[in-house]
Amino acid sequence: MTPSLIVSYVGRRAIPFIQLYALYVLGHGEDGPGGGFQGGVIFASSFVLLVLIAGWARARKDAPESIVDPLTATGCLLYAGIGFICILLGGAYLEYEAFAGANATAAAKQHAHHFALIGIELGVMITVTASMVTLYFEMSRPPEERNAPEDGSGDSDGEGADA
Amino acid sequence: MTVLQIVCTGMLAFGAIIMLASAAGVIRFPDFYSRLHAGGKGDTLGQGAVLLALAILSGFSLVTLKIVLIIFFIFIFNPTATHALARGAWLRGVEPWTKPESEDEEADE
Repeated sequence: MTPSLIVSYVGRRAIPFIQLYALYVLGHGEDGPGGGFQGGVIFASSFVLLVLIAGWARARKDAPESIVDPLTATGCLLYAGIGFICILLGGAYLEYEAFAGANATAAAKQHAHHFALIGIELGVMITVTASMVTLYFEMSRPPEERNAPEDGSGDSDGEGADA
Repeated sequence: MTVLQIVCTGMLAFGAIIMLASAAGVIRFPDFYSRLHAGGKGDTLGQGAVLLALAILSGFSLVTLKIVLIIFFIFIFNPTATHALARGAWLRGVEPWTKPESEDEEADE
């Protein structure tokens, strides 16, 4: 089936806007509807659109297993890492006010709270995005790709040739 | 009521009527393509009119900019989605509806 010029043209130009909107939703997590989970799912939906307009193999090249799989753990690491840094700075786990120091002003504590909250929301977003992208790629894997090793993922078969 | 409010009320009513006609078309039309024709065009214009009226009525603020962006994206992506659906159906071999020969006595012409 030949790809539709209209769909591929509009779709390619829509993807940056979808990703920008995902970051906007992420930034709104503190004081409105939104946050890491919703932003991550919206970000992942741009990859779903990429699969629909460019095909599975081409989209997998832009989001290879070797990058997406580690990102799933990186988000968790960011979340837990910020929590443990709070402990190292003398607070409780995820006590963001510890970033401002022991005897900081209330305004500085609120500032530290906001930034640390954005940090953990970013961690949630990275993990959700990577998980959703992995789920979609595995569920939509076409039959001819079923037993082929991923490009550059370091499989034991050692044949990285792409169809 | 100011002139602006009257114009905006007219646009809201226009958009509502267009979307009602679009919904009626989706229910009443005979096959996939004609229903898509009703839904795709009517929704785009109806939503555009309603949202534009709301953008003007809400005063000039950040909300106005957001609504204008929504109108812009609806006007691009709604026809694209309609095109993709119709193209997909055509490539899968969905036959367009044609007027049956035996029911000619019911037709206007």
